[in-house]
Amino acid sequence: MLRFLFVRIGLLVPTFIGITIAAFGFVRLLPGDPVLLLAGEHGVSPERHAELMHQLGFDRPIWVQYFDFLWSVLQGDLGRSLVTHRPVLAEFSTLFPATLELSVCAIIIATVVGIPIGVIAAMKRGTWVDQSVMGAALVGYSMPIFWWGLLLIIFFSGVLHWTPVSGRISLLYYFPAHTGFMLIDSLLSGQKGAFVSAVSHLVLPAIVLATIPLAVIARQTRSAMLEVLGEDYVRTARAKGLSQARVVGLHALRNALIPVVTTIGLQVGVMMAGAILTETIFSWPGVGKWMVDSIFRRDYPAVQGGLLMIAVIIMFVNLIVDLLYGLINPRIRHTR
Amino acid sequence: MSRMEAETQELAAESPRMAMLREFWAYFSENRGAVIGLVVFVVICLVAIFANVIAPHSASMQFRDSLLVPPVWQEGGSWQFILGTDPVGRDILSRLIYGSRFSLFVGCVVVAGALVVGIIVGLLAGFFGGWFDTLVMRVMDIILAFPSLLLALALVAILGPSLTNAMIAIAIVQQPHYVRLTRAAVMAEKQRDYVTAARVVGASPLRLMVVTILPNSLSPLIVQAALSFSNAILDAAALGFLGMGAQPPTPEWGTMLAEAREFILRAWWVVTFPGLAILVTVLAINLVGDGLRDALDPKLKRS
Amino acid sequence: MPLLHIENLSVTFQTASGPFLAVDSVDFSVDAGERLAIVGESGSGKSVAMLAVMGLLPPTATVTADHMAFDGQDLRQLSRRARRRVVGGDIAMIFQEPMSSLNPCFTVGFQINEALSAHTDLTRSQRRERSVELLRSVGIPEPERRLSAFPHQLSGGMSQRVMIAMATACQPRLLIADEPTTALDVTIQAQILDLLVDLQKEHGMALILITHDMGVVAETAQRVVVQYAGQQVERQDVIGLFDAPHHPYTSALLDALPDRATGDRLPAIRGVVPGQGDRPNGCLFNPRCPYADDTCRTVVPPRQPAALGEALCHYPLNRAEQAA
Repeated sequence: MLRFLFVRIGLLVPTFIGITIAAFGFVRLLPGDPVLLLAGEHGVSPERHAELMHQLGFDRPIWVQYFDFLWSVLQGDLGRSLVTHRPVLAEFSTLFPATLELSVCAIIIATVVGIPIGVIAAMKRGTWVDQSVMGAALVGYSMPIFWWGLLLIIFFSGVLHWTPVSGRISLLYYFPAHTGFMLIDSLLSGQKGAFVSAVSHLVLPAIVLATIPLAVIARQTRSAMLEVLGEDYVRTARAKGLSQARVVGLHALRNALIPVVTTIGLQVGVMMAGAILTETIFSWPGVGKWMVDSIFRRDYPAVQGGLLMIAVIIMFVNLIVDLLYGLINPRIRHTR
Repeated sequence: MSRMEAETQELAAESPRMAMLREFWAYFSENRGAVIGLVVFVVICLVAIFANVIAPHSASMQFRDSLLVPPVWQEGGSWQFILGTDPVGRDILSRLIYGSRFSLFVGCVVVAGALVVGIIVGLLAGFFGGWFDTLVMRVMDIILAFPSLLLALALVAILGPSLTNAMIAIAIVQQPHYVRLTRAAVMAEKQRDYVTAARVVGASPLRLMVVTILPNSLSPLIVQAALSFSNAILDAAALGFLGMGAQPPTPEWGTMLAEAREFILRAWWVVTFPGLAILVTVLAINLVGDGLRDALDPKLKRS
Repeated sequence: MPLLHIENLSVTFQTASGPFLAVDSVDFSVDAGERLAIVGESGSGKSVAMLAVMGLLPPTATVTADHMAFDGQDLRQLSRRARRRVVGGDIAMIFQEPMSSLNPCFTVGFQINEALSAHTDLTRSQRRERSVELLRSVGIPEPERRLSAFPHQLSGGMSQRVMIAMATACQPRLLIADEPTTALDVTIQAQILDLLVDLQKEHGMALILITHDMGVVAETAQRVVVQYAGQQVERQDVIGLFDAPHHPYTSALLDALPDRATGDRLPAIRGVVPGQGDRPNGCLFNPRCPYADDTCRTVVPPRQPAALGEALCHYPLNRAEQAA
């Protein structure tokens, strides 16, 4: 197991280098003078331009520039935002909890709803239950979530007035951010109604973000269950006289979960893409919206840093999923 | 003489292919959802082709005296604008009909581009192996390390926002899937006896790849093509929605949604119909894709 | 009263190309402590009949029977709960593929313990003790350590031993072994069969052994049922069957045994068991039977008396011997 861990971590190094090359190349591929783009200045005198070139290291060979970049990235220096003049990493770190909170809630919804739906569909294979559930899953899978979000806003905010349209919490409440997670902070603040407000702000975006992963997880669970239910060991479990709940919920599901866990992990990348759209629709102050805004504001250091950070986060999530896969699959856990 | 020969060869080659097609259709048509999806997709294609005949109005015509007219079945609606009008008085139905052209065009171009480049790169990587293979696969891994929409956004930021650049960006983002599939198929097929046989006979490597390996690797590629067709439409609409794809006043569905956003609480129809059009199109293609996968997958055939 | 009594059991599968009759009105009765073998080629419906008794068939199967009783209890009348108490408790079953019959995600100990806690009132520590004892009784070395082993760490023979330990955990009165040795190495086969017979004698349980191997039958069974294309074509005790087979199919099966073959070539039975589409008229065996005539091809054969092995045949063999 320990060796498995080291091999997996070792595999991250080339991917990490590739990500940094991509982020490094991104700014240099942009149309226009990268020096001016990164400095956020234009119409400068030749002297100023030369000064900036030197300051940003553009007068040195490209590979030196890259290693400088890599070195500062490893030290946590991703440059400064052209708009706020704050370090990019600091900007990212303040916004990331919002995205994380939204994503975690969405993945919980997707898993908690998706797996039972998939199991039920598999158990009722071929019946109207199966067909309608899987039909709904395909609709979810095909959903343009930016439109889905707007529809939910029209219905729940416009017609029913149940939920607010945007933001993370009502302006009535103010409390310090201890954890950055609004659900937890609002509880810690002890203010009446703060938690409810946070939940009501969170619920629609979380549903929207959960839609596609939920559909994917339900479909994958169904097919994994169908495969597993035909296995000999399920018959053995039945032959032992175990209850249906134990046969399906323990013996079959435990095996079906092995591929499903991988699927859930793959959904994290999908979620980061979804967060860009969801956060834009609901004005959710997270990194997805920040990335879109930065692109519009031509805040290229922010875009570069954001790209890098998001790719690194996904890389680590994939690592965790791999390790988890090894943990839940005894065949991998016990091979050295 | 040689023409005769060619014709007989063609005939001989045609009949098993027809039989294969017929078998495929038998499996495909068993799947009710897939057939419905196919019918809907064909209808959308026809709408796109004959848009200028079907559409009641021009896509850009602004009826200044009928802004935000609701659809016909709602109070204040009229038969002139069946699905209502948008904030500047354009007929939504007509814009949707013309918009189908963009979505299908995006799907076709992206799939064609990603497929051709992906297959060529995948074939070369799989066939030659070695450092070339390693390099290609590393690059693909890196592309896949980024969320597709984010990478497409960054690429559009480099190239500048337009529908063409959105298509290029989406094609680049999607092609690692084709490279991986083709490479995996080539690696698997390379071990088979018939490829060795072809090599023994003295077939050139290139001919070998294209003529013997590729047709046998088609099934997963076809399924992937259906999948990425619908993904391309979704991503292009998303980019349009974020203002990074087709630019107004193009009647692209995602762009229409972006323009309509501020009116969502006042005029539900300007938001609802473009999204519905995207959903129906994507759903139809995904239904066809599921049907293709089931019909082409020999493992599922037996059950 | 027999332990297991079944009359006129039929199983039909709903398939894409119409219904398929896998088991065609078979009768069984097994007494306590008896060893019965069911012999037949693959596709003869021998496993399906036993799975029907266990209630393990998929929902696509329709099971009908005039009588289906275990220890006087009508299995068809039992509630799901009550039937689960019988299945796994009083009737246990082991399968052909030991490697895939154990759940790869759980340890051996967990899987044995589970059977014990479903059917006994033992405490946790008693169950653990019993598990160790069971593993020892099926000849697994270091049983304490094996409890925490996962199935993929065991060989095929070991897996089958674990399966047997699991099946005998609750001291069943009937053990059904479905081709228990087919997937195993020849050297292991004999060990497993010996183990089964030993346990059977020790606990006084009844044993139904499903096999296609006449050699296995000769070594283990007391009574034999020969099954062909879903029908029982002959029922005899083992000595009578080997001495004087009455159905041409039984006779052909015996001739195919290497140590009984005469001449330098091993005789084989031509053709295959009829499937769904090609069920012949008259006697189901007629296309492959060397003695078949027009009657066999048109008229369904009668059931012969017990003296003729209850053979399902117009012209049972070895009649002269019976007369003499």
